Formats: sequence, C-alpha cells, structure tokens
Amino acid sequence: MKLEDFQIELKPLPGAMPVWHGRVDARQWRTACQQVRDKGGRLVALWGSDNSDRGGGFAVHAALTVQSGLLVIELPFSGGSFPDISDIFPAANRMQRAVRDLFGVGAENAADQRKWLRHTAWPADVFPLRKDASFEFPVSSSKLELNPEAQLATRNSRLETGQTDDYPFVRVEGEGVHEIPVGPVHAGTIEPGHFRFSIVGEGVLRLEERLGYKHKGIEKRFEQMTLAEGAKLAGRVSGDSTVAYAWAYAMAVESAAGMTPPPRALWLRALLLERERVANHLGDLGFLGNDAALGFGLAQFLRLKEDWLRMNAALFGHRYLMDTIAPGGVARDVTPEGMAIMRRDMGAMEGTVALLKGVYDEHAGLQDRFIGCGRIKPDHADRLGLTGLAGRASAVAWDLRAQFPPVPYGEFEVRMATHRNGDVAARVTVRFEEIFESLRLLRLILDRLPLGELASAVPTPPAGALGIGWVEGWRGEVLIALETGPNNGIRRLHPHDPSWQNWPLLERAVLGNIVPDFPLINKSFNLSYSGHDL
Amino acid sequence: MYHLLKQIIVTGIKTEAPPQPDETLRVTAERLRAEILDYFAGALTIRHVDAGSCNGCELEIHMCNNPYYNLEGLGIKFVASPRHADMLLVTGPVSRHMEVALKRTYDATPDPKLVVAIGDCGCTGGIFGESYASCGRVSNVIPVDVAVPGCPPTPLAIMQGILTAISRKA
Ligand code: SF4
Repeated sequence: MKLEDFQIELKPLPGAMPVWHGRVDARQWRTACQQVRDKGGRLVALWGSDNSDRGGGFAVHAALTVQSGLLVIELPFSGGSFPDISDIFPAANRMQRAVRDLFGVGAENAADQRKWLRHTAWPADVFPLRKDASFEFPVSSSKLELNPEAQLATRNSRLETGQTDDYPFVRVEGEGVHEIPVGPVHAGTIEPGHFRFSIVGEGVLRLEERLGYKHKGIEKRFEQMTLAEGAKLAGRVSGDSTVAYAWAYAMAVESAAGMTPPPRALWLRALLLERERVANHLGDLGFLGNDAALGFGLAQFLRLKEDWLRMNAALFGHRYLMDTIAPGGVARDVTPEGMAIMRRDMGAMEGTVALLKGVYDEHAGLQDRFIGCGRIKPDHADRLGLTGLAGRASAVAWDLRAQFPPVPYGEFEVRMATHRNGDVAARVTVRFEEIFESLRLLRLILDRLPLGELASAVPTPPAGALGIGWVEGWRGEVLIALETGPNNGIRRLHPHDPSWQNWPLLERAVLGNIVPDFPLINKSFNLSYSGHDL
Repeated sequence: MYHLLKQIIVTGIKTEAPPQPDETLRVTAERLRAEILDYFAGALTIRHVDAGSCNGCELEIHMCNNPYYNLEGLGIKFVASPRHADMLLVTGPVSRHMEVALKRTYDATPDPKLVVAIGDCGCTGGIFGESYASCGRVSNVIPVDVAVPGCPPTPLAIMQGILTAISRKA
C-alpha cells in the first residue's frame, strides 16, 4: 500500500527502519486500520499513553505494517474510550483490554470487555500507567504470613485490596464435558500462566488462557529511568530475547536522537542477534524431541547449546549476550582470533545439527507425534494475525530481515523459511532451516565485518521525541515505541512481544488435539509470558 | 537408528565435576537439623517456581540438566508438584500477581523444606525492584535459606546454591 492512499498527514521518523507517524481522529483510526487490513497488512502493536499532565487527554497508538514499512498512528481523545478495532484485527482484543487495565480507558463497544493484565494486586480504581497514579502499595515484607491461621487466610485467595480474581472464563456445557485448570504454577520449569481446558474424554474442546501473572510493572519502571539506564531493563523484558530487545531499544533511542551508530556496531549487532536465534532454536529442538519421548534429542541439542553459550561467554562476556548492545553502538568487540574460533566452532556444529536433523526426520515415533499436531491453517494464521516463526510455519511469509532489512541484512538476501502445514512438524522444520540460514549469515558477517568504531555518542534528544525500534527476534518481531522526556528521560515506553499475537492462536492450535499433546504444541510455539505480561 | 546410536557413542560422556558448597550464599543459618540434611544429600527433589522472572534464570535452570552438569546424576531431580518436593527453587522478583501462588506453593511443600532464591531478582528484586506490581526479593514473601546472585546465575552457581542448602555448616 502506498502511503499516499491514507488521508493522513504523515511524517517519517528518522532511523534504521522505514517508519511513518501521524495523528488521526476517531474516524480515520478505523479507516486506516481497515485500509491496512484490506491490503493484507497486520497489526504489530497497540498501546496507550496519558497526556493529562500536559493539558491533553489519553491517546491510543497502533503500529501497522504497510507496503513501504511501518505506519504508526496516534489517536488523541478526551472521553473515556476509543473506537474498537478488534473486529478488523482480532489480535487487538487483548491489547485493548490491557490499555483499559493500565489507563482506565478502553475500546468502545468491543465484544470482549473482560480485564486482562489486571488481577487483584492493585485497587480497582488505580490505573498504574496514568501519570497521576499513586497509591500506597503494601510493603511486601509485612505480609509474611506463616502461622497456620494466616496460612488459611491466604488460602482464601482474598488479598488486601479486597477483590477476588474471579475471571469469567467461557464455560463449555454438555454431556461429559469437564474442565482441567492448569497453573499458574506449571509442572515443568517454565513461566507461570493459567490454562483452562474444556475436554470430552481426552479431546480438547476449548482452551482459554489467563495471563498477567508475571506483570511486574516494566512500563512504569522505564518511566523512572534515563535513556542510558533503560537499555539494561529492555534486555530483561524477555530474557531469551535479550539481544532483540536491546537492539530494538537502541534503535528507538537512536531514532529519537537522530543518530546512526558506526557500521561495525551494526554488523556486530546482527552477529549477536543470529547467535541468539541459534541458541534458542537449539534448545527448543531438544525440548521438542524430549516432549515426544526422545530423550536423546534433548541431551544432544542441550550439549550443542551449552557449547554455543560457552562461546558467547568467552567472546562476549555473557552466556545470553545480555548488556552487549547499548544506544549508540555495542559494548563488546571481537578479535580476529575470536572470529577464527567462532568459524571453526560453527563448522562442527553445523555438521552435528545436520546429522540430528536426519535422526529426527527418520524417527517414525517422533514424526508420528509431530505431523498434523497443533495445526494452524494458513487462512486462519492470516486472518488472526499469527506472526514470527510460528507464522512462517503457517505460510505467513514475513521476516523483517528479508522485508525491511536494516544494516547489514540488506547485503545478504536473507532466505526466509516458510511452510504451509502449520503443524508442530512445520514449526520444527522452520527452526532447523533458520539455524542453517543463521549460520550462513554469521559466516558472511565474519567475512565482511567492517573495521571502525564500536559506538558513537548519542546526543540528548529533545523532550517529546518519538523513536521506534523494530527487530526480527528469534520468536518474531519485537517492537519498542519510545517517547522521550526531559533531560534524557523516558516519558513513555511500550515494549511489544510477538507473543501478544500468537498466544490467542495457541488456544486454536490445540482444538481437536488430545490433552497430552498440549506440552508438545505449546513448546513448538514457545511463547513468552514475561514479554507479554510486562 | 544406526546414526542415533553412533552419535551417542561419538559424543561420549560429557559430565564435568560438580561445584562445592559456598557458605557465603547462605541467607538464614541452618533451619534444618544436620541429620535431616544428611537425608537430602543424594536424594533431593526440587519444585521450581517462577515468581515473576524475565525467563533468563529458567534458561539456566534448564541447562543444569544438560550432559555437562547432569544435576540429576547427583541424585537431585525436579518434580512436578510441591507436595513431592524437599526444596523450592524460586526465580524472579515476586510479582504481586504471583504472591499468593508462591505462598500456597510454599504451604503445599511438606516440612522439612528448603528454599533457594535464584538470580539478582530473587536476591534483591533486581532491576525490577519493589513497585505497585512487584514485591521485590523472594525473602519478602517466604523464608529463604540460600540466595544465588547473578543475572542469570550460571548453572554451576545454581548447583552450588542447591548444594550449599543441603550441606552441613563447616
Ligand atoms: S536475575 Fe536476571 S536473568 Fe534472572 S530473572 Fe532477574 S533479570 Fe532475569
């Protein structure tokens, strides 16, 4: 879609990615979304902001993909609500509900008006992301309730805010239907969330998720930080994607400040991002084998991952590459010796992964579990907005590294891995292909890494400057939307994880499958709780 | 099948030596009698609870069971229910939304029990601190025996924390 098609005044934002920003009125808000949708575009993120401290009301923002890049529209409004777009983009449903939980303003006439990130930890009349939000939160140590009576009191699940978290799950009625509630504390070593299965026999009739358990006030925390301090927090929104978030954050700050880091820094960022992708795919492939009862796969892939992480620690000082990227550039360099070791190591690893792919492909028991399991058909994926690696396994041909390649990806013609089957097997195949592609990219980066500085100074951006960061992490596209405050401060920052889009599709993927296949299906998506709950 | 077996043989045994206990990690002086600790050594069951982490600490807990560290080889294994556990391994600052779940998990764990807090977040609240949504450190919510700093702590550090909790004070 050409930008001229929109009857909106748009301004390009400086920076690494093609981003346009514009203000709209309520009518244009829906029209623009509908136009984007009609041309096959997607909703990348939706978030709110509060301008009441500077004479405005609230605003809601949406980031949408268009042919020439990313369109960011902002709708300032003074009443208590904004027009619903969840009929156009189903993925907007939970995002709009989160805006209501955090700002107290919601989507008018939206079909689903239930709370989402709000549980009972803060009072019903408190909206934490409002600029004037303040309330006494109990000092947690006062809540050490360990005598038996007090223990009983906590069992009552009534908290000091006096609300109960009676979330209205949708009930499935009928003969033989029963519910299995799971979580928030899960049986494995994974993040907390609640799943409510409605089943008949072993078959899943419905799955409903209840998330928000990990909400720890990340967006509010950003507002207490300077732009330099925020980099560390950005790298901890979702620990498995620390490089993607840190890069997106740096991009947003650099965009607001109107500066570009030196070439070597950008190339090293790509190297770090691909190393992160490989590490995560290796781990997931191991756990996917294990969830289908092939312990051999777990042992082999975790061994490879451990070698990979040790290399990260030796060369970049951190096993998961945290804090290696900061606004302005990167914090670590590689030496020619380090590059040689990396190259040698990658050669050996590639051979082993190819061998293990052969074992997985030929293992009848494994393929029997993978094929046809947890399927999202391409038309559902497209209509409901599936994104990232799960999207690519359901024929959503979208990879930022190929679509809008930032430096240095433009040089490599990234080969996107896509499949049509949309089942666990397809998501496994995409992971294998992406490992091989990342290794190819890593070699190219090592061959052609430019010499020069690692970082440039970041000038102080004016207060109220906007910046967008947009990076294809291993799970999918990570977005950071920033508005600066005075004195290098952060006025508002919204980090957006692709899991927002994909969680609702997981509910769909399990339909008609049996409950014991849920862990396998869940792992094949491997979505983030922390990045979503914020 | 041939490739699978061959790969197992080619890979060989990768397990490395386990770490030694470190008294400086201890938060509360031994709450359990030495005789009980002797029972735990060599047969310990752990329930992991993520109380609000960024998921970084979980990645390293997973790695404790890779062939290099082979935590299970020391007779220490993860179980699916707190009712089967001797120890809780708790990560993250405790989000207020997880406060009740964590307390209930603690209550459901039979006595005698141990708690090891993992990561800078578990030790101090870390970068998230205390706020409207976060209770901060784990010991603000349940008693903690040993706290392991690091962001995230390495698998060796995590194992050291676990081993410290079940070791007698020197
Ligand atoms: S200690 Fe670090 S890795 Fe662990 S949860 Fe906290 S921020 Fe994440």
